[in-house]
Amino acid sequence: MMSDQLLDIEDLSVTFPTRRGAFIAVRDATLSLSPGEIHGLVGESGAGKSTIGAAVMGLLEGAGHISGGTVHFRGDAISGRDRAAMQALRGKKISMIFQDPLTSLNPLFTVGAQLVETITEHLDLSEADARKRACDLLDRVGIPDPDTRIDQYPHQFSGGMRQRVVIALALCSEPDVIIADEPTTALDVSIQKQILDLIRSLVDEKQVGVILITHDMGVIAETTDTVTVMYMGEVVERGSTAKVLGRPEHEYTKSLIAAVPRPDRKVERFPQISYGGRETRFAIEELARDWPKTEAPDGPLVEARNLKKTFLARGGLLPSMRKYFTAVDDVSFDIRPGEVFGLVGESGSGKSTIARMIAGLYPLDGGEVIFDGKRVSGADAATLEDFRRQIQMIFQDPFSSLNPRHRVDAIVAEPALHLGVIPKNEVDDRVRDLLEKVGLGADAAVKYPHEFSGGQRQRISIARALATQPRFLICDEPTSALDVSIQAQILNILKDLQEFLGLTMLFISHDLPVVRQMCDRVGVLKDGRLVELQATEVLFADPQQSYTRELLRLMPKTDLLSTDGLQAV
Amino acid sequence: MLSFIIRRLGQSLLVLLVTGLIAFSMFRFIGDPIDNMLGQERTIEDVERLRTQLGLDQPFPVQYYRFLENAVQGNFGVSYRQGRPVSEILLERAPATLELAAVSGLFALGLGIALGVFTAIRRNGIASNFIMSASLIGVSLPTFLIGILLIYLFGVQLRWLPTFGRGDVVDFGWWSTGFLTESGLKSLILPAITLGLYQMTLIMRLVRSEMLEVLRQDYIRFARARGLKDRVVNFRHALKNTLIPVITVMGLQIGGIIAFAIVTETVFNWPGVGLLFINAIQFVDIPVMAAYLMLISVMFVGINLIVDILYVFVDPRLRVDSAGGH
Repeated sequence: MMSDQLLDIEDLSVTFPTRRGAFIAVRDATLSLSPGEIHGLVGESGAGKSTIGAAVMGLLEGAGHISGGTVHFRGDAISGRDRAAMQALRGKKISMIFQDPLTSLNPLFTVGAQLVETITEHLDLSEADARKRACDLLDRVGIPDPDTRIDQYPHQFSGGMRQRVVIALALCSEPDVIIADEPTTALDVSIQKQILDLIRSLVDEKQVGVILITHDMGVIAETTDTVTVMYMGEVVERGSTAKVLGRPEHEYTKSLIAAVPRPDRKVERFPQISYGGRETRFAIEELARDWPKTEAPDGPLVEARNLKKTFLARGGLLPSMRKYFTAVDDVSFDIRPGEVFGLVGESGSGKSTIARMIAGLYPLDGGEVIFDGKRVSGADAATLEDFRRQIQMIFQDPFSSLNPRHRVDAIVAEPALHLGVIPKNEVDDRVRDLLEKVGLGADAAVKYPHEFSGGQRQRISIARALATQPRFLICDEPTSALDVSIQAQILNILKDLQEFLGLTMLFISHDLPVVRQMCDRVGVLKDGRLVELQATEVLFADPQQSYTRELLRLMPKTDLLSTDGLQAV
Repeated sequence: MLSFIIRRLGQSLLVLLVTGLIAFSMFRFIGDPIDNMLGQERTIEDVERLRTQLGLDQPFPVQYYRFLENAVQGNFGVSYRQGRPVSEILLERAPATLELAAVSGLFALGLGIALGVFTAIRRNGIASNFIMSASLIGVSLPTFLIGILLIYLFGVQLRWLPTFGRGDVVDFGWWSTGFLTESGLKSLILPAITLGLYQMTLIMRLVRSEMLEVLRQDYIRFARARGLKDRVVNFRHALKNTLIPVITVMGLQIGGIIAFAIVTETVFNWPGVGLLFINAIQFVDIPVMAAYLMLISVMFVGINLIVDILYVFVDPRLRVDSAGGH
C-alpha cells in the first residue's frame, strides 16, 4: 500500500438490497487520490459516481453497504469501520460538499452557528476562538465582511455565496480529502467559475485532494488533473484528464464526449450514444405528411413589443409601503417564421418570465405580444383561443410537468381535446402515432409517467406539445435536467421539428453551448433587459457587449475534448 | 410585521363577530328560557312582562347588538338561572378548566413530541411499530369512552385515583388551584389523560411524519457529512425544522383542548366552564351560553394569532424586514 496516496479505493462494490434482489450500484471500482490532485468522477445519472462518494464517507442511504473491496485513507483501511469511527473521520479528515447550496444549509441557524458547532466538534477550541476561526474561514472562501455575515441566516446569502459557506464548512478542521458532489451544477456559469477557481486555489494552497463528482464534461476538462469515467456502476476508463478526454479509448467514453455540445463549433446533428444498445429511433419527418401547411406571414410570426413585468417583492397594508421588483423591463424582439430564437441569461434574468408572458400565462404589465399579425395581449376570447391552438410549451422539469395520476394517452390528448383541434374518435390514433414518432412506441399510451425515465418523459412532453399541431413552440430549458446523451437525443428531435415541420421556436436556456447548437438568432438577457440581440454565429464570434463577452469567457472550455465523430456544419 | 399583526387583528375581529352572530341565531332553537324561569302559577302577562324585560321579544340581530354593546363595557349580563353576573360565574369556574387544559396540553405536547421523535429516529424498531399501532387507539376511540375506561380501571378496579371532582383546592384571591394538594393533583391525572390522549397521538403522528421528511433533507445529510454527532443532528438540526409546521396544528389543538373540555368535564364531573355550559344549555341560560361561546372564540382566535407570530420568531426566513443580502 502506497502511503503517499491520500485515498485508495480498490475493487469497491456497493450493494443495495431491494425486494427484487440485490442491486449492485458500484462494481469493482478502483481509483486513487494524491495530495494536491483534483480527480474527476464523471458519468451519467445512475452510473454510481455519487454512491462512491457516499461509501467513502460512510453515508450510504438506507440498507446500502460496501459488499466488496477496500477504501484506504492514508494507508489505513476505513471501509468496514463502525458508525462512531466513521463519524469521527467525517468532516475532520474527509469532508463533503453537496450539489445544491440552497438545501445544504439548515435554514433555521445562522451560518456562524453552523460553523461554530462544526469547529468545536472537531477542534478543541473555545466558543470565542471557534467564532474567530469561523470568520477567518468565511474570509478565506471569499465572503466579504465576514464579521457581519457570520450572524446572518442562509436565506440572506445568494446561491454562490451559500456554496462558499458550504465550502467553509467543509474546511472547518483542515481536512485532507474533500469529496465535492456536483458542487456547481445548480449555479450560474459565472458563479460556477468562481467556485471552481476557489476549489483549485484551496487544492494548490493546502495540498488537499479533491474528488470532483460531476456529469459536466466542461467542468472536468477545465478543473481536473485526472479523471475516472463510470458507466452503469463500473469504471470504464481512467487516466490523466488530457488523455481520457483527448484520446478516449473506451467506446462509451468516445460516444459520451461526442455528445457534449461544443461552444466553439456548430454541428448538424448530435451523435447519439449507442453504447450498450441504447439508441432510440424517432421519425419526426413522417409527421410532415399530415402536418397542416400554413401560409407563412411576410413579417415575423411572433412580435414582443416593450414587454414589462413587475412582481410584488414586499407586501404592505398601504400601497406606498409595497415594493416591486421589475423582472422584465422593456424587452422587444421578433421571431421569424421557421426560426429558432434563443434567449440566454443567468438565473433571475427574466427568461422564463418572458416565455410565460408570450404564452399568456402571465398578464403583461406593459407592452404587447403580436402573433401572426394579430395582437393577442388583451384580445377577445376568439382570437385568444385561436392563438392557444397554435402555440405549445415544453417545460424544464420532466417530472413535475406531467400529471402523475394521468395515463400517458390522457396527458398527450389533453391539449388537443381541450382546444377541440381533432375529433374525439381520432384522438386515440393521433396519440399513438405521436408516441410512435417520438420513439416511445404506441404501447407507452397505457402507462403512467413514473414508468419512464427523464428523457422519455421529456419526449412525452414533446408528443403532448405536437398533439395540437402548433406553429410555435416555446421550450423553457428543455434539457437542463437531463444527462448529456439524453440531451443530445432531445435536441435532435427539436432540430427535426424545425426542419421537417417548419416549427418556429422560442428556445430558452442558460447553457451557451446548447444555444449555439440550436438557435438561429440569440437575445442575451441581463436583469430583465435585453442587452444584445444577434445572429448566433455572429454573437459567438464577435460579441459586442461586455456582458456577453464575459458570459462567453466564463463558459468551461472544451478544447481538450476529442472531436472524433462530430460533423461540423 | 406591524402591518401583518394589524391585518390579522382585523381578520380576528371579523371572525369573532360572525361566530357570535351564528351563536345568537341558534339560541332560539334551544328552547324558551321563560318556561324554566317562571313556575307553574304564571300568567300570560307575567310571561310577556319578563320577555320584554329581558329583551327576548326583539329579533336576534337586535339581541346580538345589545349583547355586544354591553360586552364591550365588560358587562355580560346576569345568569337567568343563578341570578348572578355571568362574569363572576365564569371567573369562578375558569381556574378549574384552565388548570385541566394546561396539564393535558403539556401532557399532549411533551409526550407527543417525544414519542414522535423516537418513532421517527427508530423508524423500523419494534418499539416504534408498537407505539404507532397503539396510537391508533388514541385517534379512534371517542373521548368519553376513554374517560369511562380509565375511571373503571384506575378508579373502580384499582382504586388508585379519584374519579370525580377536583379534590381539595387552595384559594388565592379569586383563583383556586388544585396543584398544591395531593388530592387535587391526583384528581387531575385521569381527566388530563382523557382530554389530552387524542391530541397527544395526533401530535405524535404529525411530528413523526414531519421528522421523517426533514431527515431526508440535504442539510441533514450535510450535517452528518460535517461529522456532527447523531444526537446533535437529530435534536438540534432536525427537531427545530420539524416543529415549524407542527406549531400551527398545535395551536389549533390547544384551542381544541379547552373547547373539548366539555365532554371530559361532564364525564369526570369537573367543576369547570364546560360543565357550566352544559348546565346552561339545559336551562336555556342565554347570557351564560353567549359569554362562554364568545370566550372560546376569543381563545381560539388569540391562540392562532400567537401561533402566527411565533412562526415569525422560529423561522428567520419570514423576518423579511430584517433581511440583508437580497
